[in-house]
Amino acid sequence: MFDTADTTAEKFTQMFAAILLFAAVVGIILFIAGRFGGRRGDKIVAYSYLAPTLLMLLVGLVYPGVRTIYQSFFDAAGSAFIGMDNYKTIFTDSDQLTVLRNTVFWVVVTPFVATAVGLLYAILVDKAKMESFAKALVFLPMAISFVGASIIWKFVYEFRPDQGNVKQIGLLNQVLVWLGGSPQQWLVDSPLNTFLLIVVMIWIQAGFAMTVLSAAIKAIPDDIIEAARLDGVGPWGMFRFVTLPAIRPAVVVVLTTIGIGTLKVFDIVRTMTGGQFDTSVIANEFYSQSFRSDNQGLGSALAVLLFLLVIPIVAYNIRQIRSSEAL
Amino acid sequence: MTTVTPVTTTPPLTPDKPNAAAVAKKKLTSPWASLAALVIAVLWTLPTFGLLVSSFRPERAIKTTGWWTFFSDPTFTMDNYKAVLDAESGAGLGSFFVNSLVITIPSVLIPLCLAALAAYAFAWIKFPGRNILFLIIFALQIVPLQVTLIPLLTLYVDAGLANTFWTIWISHAIFGLPLAIYLLHNFMREIPATLLEAARVDGAGHVSIFFRVLLPLLRPALAAFGIFQFLWVWNDLLVALTFAGGGDAVAPITVALANLSGTRGTAWHLLSAGAFVSILVPVTIFLLLQRYFVRGLLAGSVKG
Repeated sequence: MFDTADTTAEKFTQMFAAILLFAAVVGIILFIAGRFGGRRGDKIVAYSYLAPTLLMLLVGLVYPGVRTIYQSFFDAAGSAFIGMDNYKTIFTDSDQLTVLRNTVFWVVVTPFVATAVGLLYAILVDKAKMESFAKALVFLPMAISFVGASIIWKFVYEFRPDQGNVKQIGLLNQVLVWLGGSPQQWLVDSPLNTFLLIVVMIWIQAGFAMTVLSAAIKAIPDDIIEAARLDGVGPWGMFRFVTLPAIRPAVVVVLTTIGIGTLKVFDIVRTMTGGQFDTSVIANEFYSQSFRSDNQGLGSALAVLLFLLVIPIVAYNIRQIRSSEAL
Repeated sequence: MTTVTPVTTTPPLTPDKPNAAAVAKKKLTSPWASLAALVIAVLWTLPTFGLLVSSFRPERAIKTTGWWTFFSDPTFTMDNYKAVLDAESGAGLGSFFVNSLVITIPSVLIPLCLAALAAYAFAWIKFPGRNILFLIIFALQIVPLQVTLIPLLTLYVDAGLANTFWTIWISHAIFGLPLAIYLLHNFMREIPATLLEAARVDGAGHVSIFFRVLLPLLRPALAAFGIFQFLWVWNDLLVALTFAGGGDAVAPITVALANLSGTRGTAWHLLSAGAFVSILVPVTIFLLLQRYFVRGLLAGSVKG
């Protein structure tokens, strides 16, 4: 039951066994809780409801997190203490500096462009004919895996050498040829290639931005808009002084959420270039160092850095929400 | 990570009154606005469409001409799909597809049930340490998965679970819990306390309150988290690659596709068909349950 399942039948058997085992655990918890009725048993009921969750979070999140921080002060094999050397490597080694530079590109460009496109589109299709269909087109990439999206875009960037009768099969190069240019190896030239990978993330995230911002726009009270209109506020003024202030909290949430997602981007880089041609980012470098180069110390340090970078974004986010609620 | 989105989900349904966006749009002079919307819609659709068309073209045609020539010279075949699913001649994605299913179902069910129990305790039972525990679980949402992977892998190897589905089920369940608890807790708090008090007065215990009173009301919230977690697990690459990257026996379709893209990056007849095999399930689920998904998004969360 705890072996590697090989055939399809074995796999499904193991799956049902796991679900049954799990159902049994829940059943035991409910049985225990059921024996303690009334208010006096409340404590026991609460702790038995929480027990599996707390155990899993402790073993699966808290312990590994602490362990990784500890590990980041050790060498590649995890045996010798080397202090801050791994962190020094991240900030001095030329490969690692490229990784940091790329991560900055990703985190600065993606949230703003994706949010801008999402907001623009939300405004453009608002109350249009077939609004929900138009939205679904932009929203659908959210259901596609990063791996699938990467393959879709790799095909757009596909390059064929510019000679004889060879025809381009990638859309981008074909458009370039139609315009009279010569085809490029898009994913090879740094730093342009990083921006072309960023396009994929924007393509996925714009739908998220559009959905949240569209709901925010629709929630603006009609009388405010009516009043502004009667005051003769123009379209730009309407956007600048009515729409934008009203949806500001939603915009902040969208920006920070996409920012955090972008910080951890791994699948796109892994699938499109594997981190070659100077396209690696922190999350991809973490994987390469930990599981390909067997440098657990450096891998752990990169993971901790990722953690540290998330915190200020979340803190900013929470502060924004607090201040908007206080108003 | 999670944020409380200060946005209500219900749009005011007054189609004849103009809202801010409508006014802004109208004055943006309609033709330009329509054009801009059209350009965005095309940019967001065309890449997927191109690959979809390619997946039905013969291998030779894909490799020698662009997919747009399909419209002047249509050639149609299902060979790519046969090849990519078949284990002998192609990529054998069929068994990876099964793996994805086997991985995803428990990875959704387990955190869903556990979180429902935990959220009930947090929302409706008073016990010492309640607030601090809830705060800690809330905060755990921001921990990047990367921080946990190496020690977790060591734990699995020590427990003899390496290269089994158990590693992936347990990991996804753990990573999904904080978000699930947060979402369900918020939802449960909105259920009027009088409803529960009434059930209590009738002599119902925690178990029967949970099943008879709360569970039916919770259905939208459970659906919202369920679809979130389903898409997340089905589309995940990092967790699967870490815990099942070595063994084809348990690796999901995303891992197989990523490997195919790395080793046979120009085999577009396989890549295009493979991509759509992997996209089919999440897109179907997504289109069917879009309503719940949007509600989950607006309740405010994206994890990872």
